Amino acid sequence: MPRGKVSVHEERCKGCGLCIEACPQGVLSFSGDFNSSGYDYVTVDNPEDCVGCGFCGKVCPDVALTVYKKQKEGV
Amino acid sequence: MSKEALAEDTAGMEKVFDRPKSLNNQQFSYCPGCHHGVINRLIAETIDELGIQDNTVGTAPVGCSVFLYKWFDIDVIQPAHGRVSAVATGVKRARPDLNVFAYQGDGDFASIGTNNSTHAANRGDNITVFFINNTLYGMTGGEMSPTTLLNQKTTTTPKGRKAKDFGPPIKMSEMLSALDGPTYITRQAVYDVKRIDQTKKAIKKAFRIQTEGKGYALVEILSACPINWGMDPVKANERIKEEVENVYPLGDILDRS
Ligand SMILES: Cc1ncc(C[n+]2csc(CCOP(=O)(O)OP(=O)(O)O)c2C)c(N)n1
Ligand code: SF4
Ligand code: SF4
Ligand code: SF4
Ligand SMILES: [Mg+2]
Repeated sequence: MPRGKVSVHEERCKGCGLCIEACPQGVLSFSGDFNSSGYDYVTVDNPEDCVGCGFCGKVCPDVALTVYKKQKEGV
Repeated sequence: MSKEALAEDTAGMEKVFDRPKSLNNQQFSYCPGCHHGVINRLIAETIDELGIQDNTVGTAPVGCSVFLYKWFDIDVIQPAHGRVSAVATGVKRARPDLNVFAYQGDGDFASIGTNNSTHAANRGDNITVFFINNTLYGMTGGEMSPTTLLNQKTTTTPKGRKAKDFGPPIKMSEMLSALDGPTYITRQAVYDVKRIDQTKKAIKKAFRIQTEGKGYALVEILSACPINWGMDPVKANERIKEEVENVYPLGDILDRS
């Protein structure tokens, strides 16, 4: 099970690519598809590699991402 | 993805990043990769974290961020061009119980509003000012502003800005730091995660200075305007790091807090 999970709000994404650039794990890529505003939105390409660091969310100028992170076990 | 599938995928996980409550659901009107969006979100997150959503008022400029009232879930006043620090001062003096911030572009803060911006800083009014420096007039199509770099091409300086014609870029934060009025003046950037985290800290400090009644705080933020710089968003980030930052160095310039 991956350590993190990103959910993309496809309609909010403007396809700027900054999250793809910021992700240390190569999780995100362009979908090659277009949302109703005509932007090539981002999609989660390698969900297994996500570590839930939140970098993608922090750099996104359109607040189009929600990030989840696995809780530490055995606290 | 359906709600059910998302719930299944995130079982045992904690939400670590989401839209702040001080923003409503309205989409920003900024271009792809515009740093105004990052900065708006950082201000909203800070308002959430300080628990001041119900008693904070924003004042917005004429410029690309003219529509702050559309997406901030707080009251926002949109004064005449350049009068943002002055109106913020008025709100704060009439209602000292409110937290008041001014949000201004370089055209608004350093061109048409230089007089208002300077006197608000000199009075040391107890307000928080955000100065978004993207080195040109974004909204109107990319004309030269007082902060445009030397040799930078804009629609009004097609061969690049020359000092002999327009003077060198004006350094508002350094200039205002020579005054006795201000409490805190810092310059930040948001082109990578480290800088974004530092900017958030500066924004929080600037709000705290106000809530503690300590006076005027200014956070200048170097901001990308990919569309008018003729660059893709990744290149625009690089330009700040490699070019803009050399003229406008990052860090605290004045701290009397
Ligand atoms: C009194 C007045 N003068 C000029 C304008 C035209 N105008 C609109 S926005 C703007 C400058 C915007 O630049 P800046 O403040 O840097 O904001 P940005 O869009 O770059 O964020 C100008 C000159 C105006 N709307 N009102
Ligand atoms: S949370 Fe981190 S690892 Fe996961 S997609 Fe975002 S940047 Fe990549
Ligand atoms: S940073 Fe945000 S708007 Fe830009 S491509 Fe990624 S999700 Fe889309
Ligand atoms: S013109 Fe520039 S400052 Fe205005 S929204 Fe577009 S990228 Fe942002
Ligand atoms: Mg500007």
